[in-house]
Amino acid sequence: MSFDVPDDRRYLESHEWTTTDAEAVRIGITEFAQDELGDVVFVELPAVGDEIHAEEAFGVVESIKAVSDLYAPVSGEVTAVNDALFDQPELVNDDPFGDGWMLEVDPRDDDLESLLSAAEYREQIA
Amino acid sequence: MTQRHPPLADVHAAAGASTTTFGGWEMPVEFDSIRTEHTAVRESVGIFDVSHMSEIEVTGPDSTELTNRLTTNNVAALAVGEAHYACITREDGVILDDTVIYRLTDHQDHPAYLVIPNAGHDTQFTEWCQTHRDEWGLEAHVANTTAQWAMFAVQGPDSPQALTAVADESVTELAGFEHTTADIAGVECIVARTGYTGEDGFEILCPTKAAESVWASFECPACGLGARDTLRIEMGYLLSGQDFDPETQSRTPYEAGVGFTVDLETEFVGRDALADQYETGINQQFVGITMLERGVPREGYAVVDSDGHQLGELTSGTMSPTLNEGIGLGYLETEHTTPGEHLEVVVRGNHKQAAVTDLPFVSK
Repeated sequence: MSFDVPDDRRYLESHEWTTTDAEAVRIGITEFAQDELGDVVFVELPAVGDEIHAEEAFGVVESIKAVSDLYAPVSGEVTAVNDALFDQPELVNDDPFGDGWMLEVDPRDDDLESLLSAAEYREQIA
Repeated sequence: MTQRHPPLADVHAAAGASTTTFGGWEMPVEFDSIRTEHTAVRESVGIFDVSHMSEIEVTGPDSTELTNRLTTNNVAALAVGEAHYACITREDGVILDDTVIYRLTDHQDHPAYLVIPNAGHDTQFTEWCQTHRDEWGLEAHVANTTAQWAMFAVQGPDSPQALTAVADESVTELAGFEHTTADIAGVECIVARTGYTGEDGFEILCPTKAAESVWASFECPACGLGARDTLRIEMGYLLSGQDFDPETQSRTPYEAGVGFTVDLETEFVGRDALADQYETGINQQFVGITMLERGVPREGYAVVDSDGHQLGELTSGTMSPTLNEGIGLGYLETEHTTPGEHLEVVVRGNHKQAAVTDLPFVSK
């Protein structure tokens, strides 16, 4: 099976993605990750105003069969949370790069270059 | 431990199943999605490969006495074609495993039994039988036939139609826990009206060599152990090795809510300890809990009162696909087991409201 890996994002080995906007990046998990997890039933996310730290756990995603930590691709302050996921966690399965996004963050440093490119991430999950 | 594989391992891989190791067996955990497989069984029908289950055949003049003295229920009450659920207990009454015992057609004029303990317990239970047989001087033959059988479970309200499509209609006349032999895809199989989902259903034992043709003859969606787990949790059914385990979760049948399998009128290993506990009562009891806040209860989570005092611990839990609520199973101090009683489940350090719930969670 081949999974969508949009070119306009950056990736962590632990299967999170981030957009590359300078002001507010959006964060979520990849299509590969949601497929590995199976039916997502619960998402635990920080609140607006919280700080998240690159490569540290910022939340939890639970499928029927597993509990997985979510890791932050960037450091910064949370400026928006996708509240829709609390009632419809299945959005993470249905549209992981779109409606299934998790956080918007005001990134503290411009450290996106250290993250995997789409090509590198594609190689990892191949 | 060497990894064991069901006869259909290649067929499942070709169907795109993801697998998990359970009881030393690499088994399909998910074909499509746990939710769709779960729903298929609740609303129509699905088929599971449960070839990881153990099969031990006990025959000979003392076969009834041997099986009766090693299980909690009254094997002597079984007629040919009947089966029942029972526990295998050790001397202190702690459950080693739970099992279904089928009385087969007599073998050489003596009663014959097929005992089906859980995955990976076949060697251990065979030795348990042989050791006690020798100690008690009984005349019985005990054979571990696990490798000779594939086992499938066809479960769901439409399972009778799924069976009549491939076997003689008479199999649908079986009552619960009855079994017979039937021809499926030209192969003689044992067909029993049993299951682990709470739905109407059948379990089919077929010779390993014929596994592929028997499996392929059914036209229902394949389901994995993931859905099997969510289905059984909704019913409050015990999972061996998790909801009880002689080493890590030592529980008696009374504590585990399966006292109905214990016949104290029969002589069996653990009987005296259980008779004592029947008199003195239990301190902890197996219960269901339902989350009142968002969250998924899981194995190992603590259950506490509003002051934070621990009342017990969960042994199983999931998000119920049928109810869309977090549901858990576990053991609580008996004074806190009244349905409706509020308590808290500690989810990653956060205390979340929950309530004791009558089992099963999903009424059938």
